Amino acid sequence: MGNVLLQYATVLMLTIFVGIEIIAKVPSILHTPLMSGSNAIHGVILVGSMLVLGSANTNLEEILGFLAVLFATLNVVGGFVVTDRMLEMFKAKPKAAVKKTDEVAQ
Amino acid sequence: MSRETLIDLLYLFSATTFILALKGLGSPKRARMGNGVAAVGMLVAIVATFFKYTADGHPLHHVWLIVLAMAIGVLIAVPTARFVKMTAMPQLVAIFNGVGGGAAALVSITEFVHIKSTHPATYVTLEVLLGVLIGTVSFSGSAIAFAKLQELMTGRPITYPGQQILNGVFGLGALVLIVTILSTNSSALLWVLLALAFVLGIAFVLPIGGADVPVLISLLNAFTGLAVAASGFTLGSNLLIVAGTLVGASGILLTRMMSKAMGRSLSNVLFSAFGSNITATGDGVREDGRTVRSGSPEDAGVLMSFASRVVIIPGYGLAVAQAQHVLRELAEELEAKGIEVFFAIHPVAGRMPGHMNVLLAEANVPYEQLQELDEANSELQTADVALVVGANDTVNPAAKDDKNSPIYGMPIINADLAENVLFLKRSMRPGFAGIENELLYNPKTMLIFGDAKDTLTKILATVKNG
Repeated sequence: MGNVLLQYATVLMLTIFVGIEIIAKVPSILHTPLMSGSNAIHGVILVGSMLVLGSANTNLEEILGFLAVLFATLNVVGGFVVTDRMLEMFKAKPKAAVKKTDEVAQ
Repeated sequence: MSRETLIDLLYLFSATTFILALKGLGSPKRARMGNGVAAVGMLVAIVATFFKYTADGHPLHHVWLIVLAMAIGVLIAVPTARFVKMTAMPQLVAIFNGVGGGAAALVSITEFVHIKSTHPATYVTLEVLLGVLIGTVSFSGSAIAFAKLQELMTGRPITYPGQQILNGVFGLGALVLIVTILSTNSSALLWVLLALAFVLGIAFVLPIGGADVPVLISLLNAFTGLAVAASGFTLGSNLLIVAGTLVGASGILLTRMMSKAMGRSLSNVLFSAFGSNITATGDGVREDGRTVRSGSPEDAGVLMSFASRVVIIPGYGLAVAQAQHVLRELAEELEAKGIEVFFAIHPVAGRMPGHMNVLLAEANVPYEQLQELDEANSELQTADVALVVGANDTVNPAAKDDKNSPIYGMPIINADLAENVLFLKRSMRPGFAGIENELLYNPKTMLIFGDAKDTLTKILATVKNG
């Protein structure tokens, strides 16, 4: 038991440093997409939600687990779709602008 | 290879994609791919989980219930995320974050109910309680943040006497409850903690208003990450620990970076009820009798036609008026006349850092024309016209000169460096921070009152004909 806890604590510590290092040099224009993207990533709680609903024995556990899966799905799916929508614009820009002026010219 | 090992390997793959995704999201070129990589990793983790066995060695029960809940979630989330207006993006992130926090709290509670007959070790109970506390605060806090941004309630800070003390009591109460539950293992008290955490989330968010709400959302996002990590400890899942901690750690750093972009400290953002004192009178007359100078859109159009360099300073009002497209047309028209045009983007223009870039990108403004604060301020020294559209606090010179101003110290765009300032405004109402803007009374400044879209259309017509 002690070993398992220690192993998780190790993962926790290392990940804290990775998390800080990885975004240390982000330009401010990407703050919003970054927040939104990491918002989608913590939607991984869906995996935990599936596990608790999948091992539910009582009605109470089933109801709570069902809600958890529903909420977590909203988080994951909504999070990724919104982030993609934001970033779509960053990328498609130069081409789309050219295309649009062409259309207007015709 | 055993089934469990294979699933754990797939989880390792997913955890790796999350790290790569966060890395990618930090660069404009790879951001979209980063998001896609994380989505693939997530899908792999979810599919793998369907094949996992429960702690007592059976395949997952209630598979159809799981699928049903997921289907309902997808049916709600996709259209919402796809079709909500870009201006409403911040509150959308808030609500998706809130349900994530709620899910983390629910997972912790359900697991506690599930294992409590086996008398779990104290540290397991502590993990559960932290998951419930942090997840629920994130849930109710995000709900209030959503309501504020969606204008279901006032966006300004809500304060009352003794607020800080009461919040302190709530926090302390939660701590005492946790200790009591740990020593008594009472599951009845768990529900009390849940209720208290819910109230704490609301009470914590009420005094935060206006431009500070996005910073708050970033913090609550980090909270959800930490709640997910706590659930990971309870469930014994490295994947949840890695993903949750990544978001928690990077989220707290991101929150600090955001407050710094506004020239404030994080604790100042969270506890100072910034913007609750509206000092602006909004009548257009200073105590010393100076008044504003206003002009017509045609005046503005003529002025710009004769300029050789124009810097456009957009703010959230631009998005509210849905005037991005007209503004882009105006910029193109000016460029066609050989006038240099730049957009000066303040880091907190819009409702979130980077929000303005997204809105202008949507209107097809080329990326090269967008300039960040420092570049913009050096361009402005040689600009003939600074056109302020829907911005206010981000060009307020009080941030530089007035030590008593609540926004003192915030980096601003020095619109007053330009030869002329055109200030498009709907009324004399103050901006998000609720303070008077000295720039409006500057002799260089000409105000053009009216709806931004309307005014810009008229300016565009004048420039075209001129």
